Amino acid sequence: MTDPRSMSLDEISVRLDEIVVTPDAALAAAASELADELLAAGEAILQTWLIARGETPTDRMVEGFRLLALHRQGARGEPSFNACRETCRELVYHHNLVRLDPGNPDTARRLRLGAMVGKHLALFIGGKLEVAGLGEFCCSSRPLRQSEAQPAETM
Amino acid sequence: MSGKYKKVAYYPGCALEGTGHAYNRSTKALGKELGLEITELKNWNCCGAMEVKNIDPKLQTYLSARNLSIAEDMGFETVMAPCNGCYHNLKKAEYDLAHDQASREVNSRLSEKAGHNTYAAGKVETIHALDWIKEAVGEEGLKARVKNSLKGLKVANYYGCMYTRPRHIFPEKDQGPGSESTSKPHFMDDLLAAAGAENVDYPLKTACCGGAHTLSDSDTSTKLVLNLLTTAEACGADVIATECPTCHTGLEMHQVRAEKVLGRKTSVKILYFTQLLGMALGLSPRKVGVHENMSDSSDLIRAKGLG
Repeated sequence: MTDPRSMSLDEISVRLDEIVVTPDAALAAAASELADELLAAGEAILQTWLIARGETPTDRMVEGFRLLALHRQGARGEPSFNACRETCRELVYHHNLVRLDPGNPDTARRLRLGAMVGKHLALFIGGKLEVAGLGEFCCSSRPLRQSEAQPAETM
Repeated sequence: MSGKYKKVAYYPGCALEGTGHAYNRSTKALGKELGLEITELKNWNCCGAMEVKNIDPKLQTYLSARNLSIAEDMGFETVMAPCNGCYHNLKKAEYDLAHDQASREVNSRLSEKAGHNTYAAGKVETIHALDWIKEAVGEEGLKARVKNSLKGLKVANYYGCMYTRPRHIFPEKDQGPGSESTSKPHFMDDLLAAAGAENVDYPLKTACCGGAHTLSDSDTSTKLVLNLLTTAEACGADVIATECPTCHTGLEMHQVRAEKVLGRKTSVKILYFTQLLGMALGLSPRKVGVHENMSDSSDLIRAKGLG
């Protein structure tokens, strides 16, 4: 298993793309390891964001998964982070599907889709890092930022 | 199925008068075909969308509240907004006015200055076009009216991010069986399945389309959309069904851009759920505005016998 924790976001994206195009037989042969790698990739992506924000990524678990705890940590004070809530949960879901039944005939497809979900997370976080100021500008984030709201005194 | 949504006020919002016109056309045509009555709000204004909301959230609350006050003045208890952004903003205004004194004060001051009634929370219910069809007609009602089944059409239902987030402004969701889910929304899946479609298990149904960054950071938006498109194709989808004009336009635009800039061609089609339901009920593709879409789905529509 490649350890995503030592990779940059770009390297993780490349690795996820590799998994997507890996033949079914090769995916099925390493199903459990790849499922763990996808989960670790998700954690590494969120860690990158948290470290860039000057935070220490948590080692806690939420519902048994560090990925979900990292998401919760990232969303605190950064509501636009919620836009990747279900992406993280889908990663966990695909991990569980493969881990619980690695011999399932659908395993290769599940891993491939899991990698594509991971890719979305990498793109979302990568976009936020690339233009940190614009990262605040998210369709569903701002309503929570009431403390920053300016009274409409100019009206 | 509820009779209370048979007659609702209609808030199309700005996008449905522009790039999302096909959604406007198909929503109206679908409602008419189903015997539902919609009345457009008189003199409605922008909901505050993203631009105002990001600069001054309380001003956005006022702008949305003004639309709700118009619905109230017109005697409606329900306003239906097909656009995710508008729907989200009206719901957010409702929440803020119910829970935040400062928002109430700004709304009151600006409403007085503008010379119209001050909207108070709880007077008008905001629903999405999905709620409208689901509650007023229901799956069984739809099934009974289907003339051109969507059988054989594999659909990835894409809800976008604003239909379910943040969850606290949607108190009616996550209320158990029959209610919509914020983590796994299914109303669009339910309706299209009733029309015969085969929904694929699409893992990015609420993922970000990059809509807010589409002008300021187009490359990120293109990559996000490309991933949405390729994942839908990996799921076996023929078409992505949408319910938001921003998402829809983004998917269409960046599908073209992904081919031009990244050399990545995808063939999955993009249609509003209202267009798919309309064609299932026997409306022509033109009647539901398929010709107004950027994504050319005419071959697929012909192949599936929908027009």
